[in-house]
Amino acid sequence: MKFAVVVFPGSNCDHDAYHAVKHVLGHDASFVWHKDTSLGGADAVILPGGFAHGDYLRTGAIARYSPIMATVRSFADGGGPVLGVCNGFQILLEAGLLPGAMLRNRGLKFICEDVRIRVEETDTAFTAACAKGQTLRIPINHGEGNYFASDDVLDALERERRVIFRYVDAAGQPTPEANPNGASRNIAGICNEGRNVVGMMPHPERACEGVLGSADGLVLFESVVKTLADRGGMAVSR
Amino acid sequence: MKARVFVTLKPSVFDPQGRTIVEALHSLGYGGVGDVRQGKYFEVEVDAASADEARRLVGEIADKVLANPVIESYQIEIVS
Repeated sequence: MKFAVVVFPGSNCDHDAYHAVKHVLGHDASFVWHKDTSLGGADAVILPGGFAHGDYLRTGAIARYSPIMATVRSFADGGGPVLGVCNGFQILLEAGLLPGAMLRNRGLKFICEDVRIRVEETDTAFTAACAKGQTLRIPINHGEGNYFASDDVLDALERERRVIFRYVDAAGQPTPEANPNGASRNIAGICNEGRNVVGMMPHPERACEGVLGSADGLVLFESVVKTLADRGGMAVSR
Repeated sequence: MKARVFVTLKPSVFDPQGRTIVEALHSLGYGGVGDVRQGKYFEVEVDAASADEARRLVGEIADKVLANPVIESYQIEIVS
């Protein structure tokens, strides 16, 4: 299958994502510039981490109006798998493809460390190969990962089982101490109603090889391969 | 025409930067400071024939770009 990795001016995890899916997972991958309007026939899209447009105004606020985003939206509307990691998640929030917004980390510090996240749901495009309740050790690297949504929206996300990852402690519990950034209800990742668009603050693409300290992130990319194989065909992008 | 746009976090949204400023002010001896909310201020020049038109245009810009309605609200002043 073929992955498209969208490159915004200021993306800095685009090569990590490309490396993970191409060289570690062994699938085809290509970069797509944010001013392009075609995903080049990709079966899945990754919006990588970084600081698109310098994160000026708000994280993702300018990137959401990049020309490629209209194409990403129609790809997502058609059921195509889209993964937003960190800045990519922030862009999906600003674009309204996922609900909520990001606030500055509770402690105001930029945080770069390994965290534990628990897989809450396995019926999404990017967790289909996971076990429910499985914990993954994956790094975070952000200043604005304090996920916020109104109580109504949070309740709806819980009711619809759209909270996909939560920050947890060594015992697998979502305690306040395990929450690195103050995110509402320890939320580290969510999905859309169609369960094909997933946004998450931790960086699975940086945890795909043992030499990097953890290979726990690889299962997310294996999941999308499985999802598309189970569908009996690839999504068709333009 | 020129407009001023003030964007602030909604009252229900915790402002960690504002909280830190309050704590700094308290440690400087300004015990009378109750709360600080940090926001953003924009000066926007637009081509508009009237103040009403400028307000409508800047409102549209604020809705679309300057503020995120999930966490922020805004006020507009037309100055000239």
